Amino acid sequence: MGNSVEVKEVPVKTKSKAIEIDEHILEIVSDSGEGAQKCGQSFAAISAKMGNGVWTVEIIPAEIQPPSRSREGASGIRIRIGSKKITNMGNEANLVIALNEQVPYGRINQNAYKQGTIMLLESKWATDASDVIRSKYADALADFENRGYNVIEIPMEVECLKVVKNAKKGKNMWVLGMLSYIYCKGVDAGEAQIKNIFRKKSDAIINSNIELLRAGYKWAQANLDFQYNVPVMETAEEMVVMNGNEAIGLGVLASGMEVCSMYPITPATSASHLLADIFKNSGGLVHQAEDEIAAVGFAIGASYAGKTAVTITSGPGLALKTEFLGLATMAEIPLVVIDVQRGGPSTGLPTKVEQGDLLAALYGQPGAVPKIVLAASTIEECFHFVILARKLAESFRTPVYILTDANLATGQQPFLRPKIKKDWFAPPIDQSPWKGDVRPYEWDEETGLSRRPIPGQPGGQHTLTGLAHTRESHVSYNPNENQDASELRSRKFASFQKTLKPPTVNGEKKGDLLIVGWGSTLGAINEAVEIAQKEGLKVSSVHLRFMSPFEPGLKEIFQNFKQVMTIEINYSDNKENPQFTETNRRYSQLSWLLRARTLVDVDCYSNVEGQPLSPGRVLGVIKNKLGI
Amino acid sequence: MYGLKTDIALDLPSKYYSLEGYEKGVARWCPGCGDHAVLTNMQKLLREKQLDPAKTVFVSGIGCSSRFPHYMNTYGFHGLHGRAFPVAEGIKFRRPDLDVFVVTGDGDCCSIGAGAWIHAIRYNINMTVLLLNNEIYGLTKKQVSPTSRIGTISNTTPDGSILPPLSPVQTTLGVSNVSFVAQTADWNPAHMYETIKAAYEHKGFSFVHVIQRCPIFQIGLVDELTSNKDAMVYLEHENGITVSEEIAKTFKNKESHNPTNLSAARDLAISQEKIYMGLLYQNKNAPCYDDYGASNLGYTVEQKEEALNRELDRYAI
Repeated sequence: MGNSVEVKEVPVKTKSKAIEIDEHILEIVSDSGEGAQKCGQSFAAISAKMGNGVWTVEIIPAEIQPPSRSREGASGIRIRIGSKKITNMGNEANLVIALNEQVPYGRINQNAYKQGTIMLLESKWATDASDVIRSKYADALADFENRGYNVIEIPMEVECLKVVKNAKKGKNMWVLGMLSYIYCKGVDAGEAQIKNIFRKKSDAIINSNIELLRAGYKWAQANLDFQYNVPVMETAEEMVVMNGNEAIGLGVLASGMEVCSMYPITPATSASHLLADIFKNSGGLVHQAEDEIAAVGFAIGASYAGKTAVTITSGPGLALKTEFLGLATMAEIPLVVIDVQRGGPSTGLPTKVEQGDLLAALYGQPGAVPKIVLAASTIEECFHFVILARKLAESFRTPVYILTDANLATGQQPFLRPKIKKDWFAPPIDQSPWKGDVRPYEWDEETGLSRRPIPGQPGGQHTLTGLAHTRESHVSYNPNENQDASELRSRKFASFQKTLKPPTVNGEKKGDLLIVGWGSTLGAINEAVEIAQKEGLKVSSVHLRFMSPFEPGLKEIFQNFKQVMTIEINYSDNKENPQFTETNRRYSQLSWLLRARTLVDVDCYSNVEGQPLSPGRVLGVIKNKLGI
Repeated sequence: MYGLKTDIALDLPSKYYSLEGYEKGVARWCPGCGDHAVLTNMQKLLREKQLDPAKTVFVSGIGCSSRFPHYMNTYGFHGLHGRAFPVAEGIKFRRPDLDVFVVTGDGDCCSIGAGAWIHAIRYNINMTVLLLNNEIYGLTKKQVSPTSRIGTISNTTPDGSILPPLSPVQTTLGVSNVSFVAQTADWNPAHMYETIKAAYEHKGFSFVHVIQRCPIFQIGLVDELTSNKDAMVYLEHENGITVSEEIAKTFKNKESHNPTNLSAARDLAISQEKIYMGLLYQNKNAPCYDDYGASNLGYTVEQKEEALNRELDRYAI
């Protein structure tokens, strides 16, 4: 390490002490391919490992390599760090690092910044050879200052070139060094992080990245006159930090499922990448099928003949799997379906968040197709719900869906390290002789439950069919038999629902307004509701995890509030537009379901902007609803 | 019992399965339908091989032929139209101990299931596939199929179909990693028996095209096919499918064909005039995807727990 930069020898500029703050929101925005996400994830991991609460949201353009310096092509990451647990992305950012002056506009359009936001801007464009670029840079700089941002121009590229020949790759680690200084993290944690993320690369690559990190740190130390200290939490519990798709992958491993059959689709695919890597040494395999339909068919075949299998997809894939999922309910085949929701309809917003698949999950199939649908609201739940889903699928002989979304998929959050239990893992395939007088659909009259014979069990031979069938699994020719079988299949879900507890109310159990949410909006809704409560508003919230069947007691909870509304990330008609009336207004998806289920006049707020909800937005909705 | 070891009894199968042991119910196909002959032959094959009914799975899609599993006293999966292959692949992927058969029809395989069919050939998972091709949609009552000849009059082509038929054998032979393609006909049960037996004995995706009659919707076709002895050619080769001399005698035409020669097989398959009966192609060394599927079976709960702990360490704070 002949050329390495020695941090300690740098003369430190006299400056005021670091400002202590409870939390901070920072963003890194760049062209695609500049490594902003890797930088941000590393910074989040460093912070989480030191004991900060963390939540990250990736800013992903639609294309792999959009044109450089384009507003739409902005790629990056937001990190919210705090002194306590962080559950959502927060409101406007406090600090943004921009690698060119155009990419911030992608975020400015989404109101991501405010007056006073510190913007650390790559200054090399000011002296670019192109007149156009120089002039664009000057215009943007003036505009940023007009908007009240606190812009600091930083010669990032110039400084990187002192360490490496090509700054295009590696500037992100220089930025990581700068962030490590700004947030008082030192350089050691960054070095350890670099060694971890580049563990499959050569020493030369690791060393050059470490040198960039140190150079960034040193530069910031010498040139910046501010620092923030977000104190860390003291926790005795062991924690892990990961994103939602990683949590799903580990959940699959923990559930004992051994076949993940999938077709590549954004934003679900990375869960399968992880599984493909770890399954090899834990007894499982990922099958990349030729299409979404074959992926679910393969999973159903694997489930039918052995351990319950999983298929992981997103909205368009869920649409294609529809017919097979009807078969799984009809023939009572255990199966776990994970839907990482993205913006729809059709190809929609592949990299953006939406909670638009709820009704499709519940009612996507023709005919009566009851099933269990769970919705994870945190990254921790992404892990634990997979284990739960596998068990429910087998106990109730049914497909079980888990809905997550793009926000959970790529967001990182620390949570309690799971304490592994042996009974999480699927038992070996039952190959014991089938009891002679038990029929393949020996439905219990009360619960609708029955045991399934698995190929290989002597005496269990039968032909499973998607046609209406009798308890013997024979094709049914008697009209009463389909009525009977449909009711017995439905009874399973009533039996399951009786095992659930009513959801917890966040706040007083009586009041002026109840907010109902589901999925990844939990943190933003809770934060907003708690602020509103502190301001004296009589508002509470309820967050649902079981979407089908619903948890019990909803009507009783709702009746204690003057108004009830859902807040969701999906489409609903704005009732303030005169075009929409009580007879034609389309409600958001959970709202429809709750209105039907409880006969309470449940209102809704929702949007399809493709962004996670911020607590500020939710608070605004609450106040608007209460006429404040 | 001279010459027999006293413990010979241990080597005997614990149970002998008779033909009746493989039969279930009364097949509800039309009288004269070719499916009946396939069913009988299949039950005979299972008896000859003494396959354990509990470890045998018949998978089908939708259509007349796809009712097949209902008439076998084995495990069966009568699923969705065109989707037998993915299900069968999923079954075999982690259950190398099961014998898997797929029974499909020309609509099921070559039309709605064509995508899955192409990929099933390439996966080359060890299963025996019977395509019962009667060149017409029967269950939905006489619509043209992709394998119907030009001019086929059906309820959706009242003036006769205008497109040339898709050849299942030609298509299968065109896909990479193809490993077994044979052709037979329902009116020659003895030839069919030897063909499906050879298919069963092949390790990989064994594709048998059964040319078949539909006595209800393809009436003319029956006479044309059975009477035109000139069109049928029996493929002879030491590595091919051998039938008894008596059966071989029923073929007026014979040709020698080496089934390891893929381009020769393709030449035979594109012939418009002749129908080649027997083994067109076999590659015993094509990679089987189910070998990969069974590559890491049998991990214990303790090993999985260890693996999970290792992973959690990577994400530990």
